[in-house]
Amino acid sequence: MSPTYAQYTEGEPVADAAAPPGDIAERWDRRRFTARLVNPANRRRYKVIVVGTGLAGGAAGATLAEQGYQVVQFCYQDSPRRAHSIAAQGGINAAKNYRNDGDSVHRLFYDTVKGGDFRARESNVRRLAQVSVEIIDQCVAQGVPFAREYGGLLDTRSFGGVQVSRTFYARGQTGQQLLLGAYQALSRQIEAGNVEMHPRTEMLDLVVVDGRARGIVARDLVTGRIETHLADAVVLATGGYGNVFYLSTNAKNSNATAIWRAHRRGAYFANPCFTQIHPTCIPRSGDHQSKLTLMSESLRNDGRIWVPKAHGDGRPPNAIPEDERDYYLERLYPSFGNLVPRDIASRAAKNVCDEGRGVGPGGQGVYLDFADAIRRLGRAAVEERYGNLFEMYERITAEDPYQVPMRIYPAIHYTMGGLWVDYDLQTTVPGLFAIGEANFSDHGANRLGASALMQGLADGYFILPATIGDFLARHRPEEVSPDHPAVAEAVADTEDRLHLLLSVDGDRTPDSFHRELGELLWDECGMARTEPGLRKALERIPALREEFWRRIKVPGTGTELNQSLEKANRIADYLELAELMCLDALHRAESCGGHFREESQTPDGEAARDDEQFSYAAAWEFTATGTAPVLHREDLAFEYVIPTQRSYQ
Amino acid sequence: MKVTLRVWRQPGPDAAGEMVSYEVEDVTPEMSFLEVLDTLNERLILDGSEPVAFDHDCREGICGACGVVINGQAHGPERTTACQLHMRSFADGDVIDVEPWRAAAFPVVKDLVVDRSAFDRIIGAGGYITAPTGSAPDAHATPVPKPAAETAFEHAECIGCGACVAACPNGSAMLFTAAKVVHLGALPQGAPERESRVLDMIGRMDDEGFGGCTNTGECAVACPKGIPLQAISSLNREFLRAARKSA
Repeated sequence: MSPTYAQYTEGEPVADAAAPPGDIAERWDRRRFTARLVNPANRRRYKVIVVGTGLAGGAAGATLAEQGYQVVQFCYQDSPRRAHSIAAQGGINAAKNYRNDGDSVHRLFYDTVKGGDFRARESNVRRLAQVSVEIIDQCVAQGVPFAREYGGLLDTRSFGGVQVSRTFYARGQTGQQLLLGAYQALSRQIEAGNVEMHPRTEMLDLVVVDGRARGIVARDLVTGRIETHLADAVVLATGGYGNVFYLSTNAKNSNATAIWRAHRRGAYFANPCFTQIHPTCIPRSGDHQSKLTLMSESLRNDGRIWVPKAHGDGRPPNAIPEDERDYYLERLYPSFGNLVPRDIASRAAKNVCDEGRGVGPGGQGVYLDFADAIRRLGRAAVEERYGNLFEMYERITAEDPYQVPMRIYPAIHYTMGGLWVDYDLQTTVPGLFAIGEANFSDHGANRLGASALMQGLADGYFILPATIGDFLARHRPEEVSPDHPAVAEAVADTEDRLHLLLSVDGDRTPDSFHRELGELLWDECGMARTEPGLRKALERIPALREEFWRRIKVPGTGTELNQSLEKANRIADYLELAELMCLDALHRAESCGGHFREESQTPDGEAARDDEQFSYAAAWEFTATGTAPVLHREDLAFEYVIPTQRSYQ
Repeated sequence: MKVTLRVWRQPGPDAAGEMVSYEVEDVTPEMSFLEVLDTLNERLILDGSEPVAFDHDCREGICGACGVVINGQAHGPERTTACQLHMRSFADGDVIDVEPWRAAAFPVVKDLVVDRSAFDRIIGAGGYITAPTGSAPDAHATPVPKPAAETAFEHAECIGCGACVAACPNGSAMLFTAAKVVHLGALPQGAPERESRVLDMIGRMDDEGFGGCTNTGECAVACPKGIPLQAISSLNREFLRAARKSA
């Protein structure tokens, strides 16, 4: 019998060679000093490709262009302003300690490592906390309209998993405002001719020449033309892969193709099973559901989560008396209450629904109740804090959350896994960098609220522009010939694949495959995972993939705007990525953060980590489609934050 | 519910377009308008026809990608984006016209998809504060009075969907441009570039082929984010002030 996908092999460990040794508080300063610099006059001679225009990509493109590099940038949307960072609601963390409440860079570092359940690299997280302070300064200077106090100073609020108030926000539209800041800075550079912007253009492959990333193959989504773009370095800022689940809070077109294609060309993919399920999303309303909408976690500051104590209690929420309600987070976690980290809040919601105490259609929901907050603060104060979220909720559900408790349920929201990168944010392919959600670096097995915006902007504004300079300074600006065989091969691969998708002419739509894959993953690789379930998924996925290539139907041609072709091409990659996620989840026979293996839990049902065996990041090397990948471990050493079993009780 | 969609079909920028009728069954009041288009497209694919092309992405009303004229109104009968419009706003048996934004500066790409890149160029002309990365002082160095911050925020909410242009009989981009000018102008950080910003953005707006403003006010009615019509008078004031200063 041939070996199955689940029988992976193990290769040499992978180590981060870029972080300097010494006191963690000085590492970033030391790295910036040891990094070689490119003479300002020479920067024009280097071309850098940036794929994606979200917080990480937009910030990186603008900053690299300001520094004098030639930037060539891409996004699949019609405008760089629409990248999905725009939908982030709650806020951005920074260790400013403006509240004088005991915050510090070290505390933010500590909270992030602990919140990530000790599966992130200390050096990176410490740097993130350090840089967080500069981000707020930068954004204010750009005109980001953060919430302010009457004295004119910045307001902050607290978020899940922490006990200080360090989250800066712009009502429930923080992501939008930060993204527009980056977009405006980028637009200025486009206008100045320093950034060549290609909207409605999607990266479909990476060009690797002599072991180094030298460009991309992209498709102009309007004309269908396949183009190659060559450069001295390539930066992927293409976001996460949550849409592999079909239903998620990601934008409909967010996809994994850029990082998956890079993975196939040699970039290791780390911790793919670390996916985050957000506890406060609007429950699905039926089979037509095309995506899920998140309600900012900031709502947990003032909302109280409960379900009826009795099973199958069908009364309307306001008819259920106080003593017949179970405020289960406050009961189980008295010190953090409704503000426990996302993974804990999500699993607790699943547990009460599994017990039959869920509310709303299908019993897949719990209440998030603002009655107490409205009594305590008044409706006006609640409206000022959450007005737009309440409005959004009412628009979708036709229920008024000022009168009736919201119904919420967990949904896929963020992916902590991604391309493996070293301290310089460089992947295992030299010259290929990954920033923002596309990399795996800072959040370990669980991301804290308001930390995604922080990481995206830290990578884009401050970290990548420093580290990529070191890479470029070590390489002369030499052009690659467009006739190089590696370029021709990447183009031919892309064209063949698109041609195949168009020529199958089967009887199933792209979405039908996507939904089926998504349901399978949600059931077997979602909030709770088991060995039998994962093995079942690992059997089913290759069969589904085979069926996809036999039965897919893509109308139209490749030489026009063809949204079905775009979708089908992305789903083909999800059908490979899903397999790696399940394998990673199967091999990690411990629970940590968002990865909950039912076999590994404490007597009271909490995630039980196994540091003896699993204190490492799993970096997977691609071999061939459907063939077991090679595992490279990066051992994690904790010198500053000593691993403990997380407790939020 | 069952509805009839009459959809503008246009194979490409230079092709002729026409309205084509489609019946869609199994519509429920909870469905979003775009989910009805999804349902139609699934059927069209299986029938071997081309699905309807339309822009959409976040489906949360914030990215600004979606935008179609529904029964003659930009984004349809509710004050929201097309993705946040739900079928409870319609009745069983309704006939619903679906068309792309129609404006000289937004050429049709295909079906309901238009090219709104002119908006990006207006922003590029001056819709920013020059603050190169690393140059910023501490965030608390300049307090911003709360009312100024609120004014800035309310105008910064613009999602760049283009409904204002689509709703305007002149195809004017005044509300869009005004939103950015007022947002940045309300903040002390935006003051140094106040004059050049408004002059350059207005100049670019005209160059891109947007029409002039005749105070019809349709833009502010169609705006899913509620950018107030007053923004345009603020823009005019800023423009006059800057033009006088530079004269």
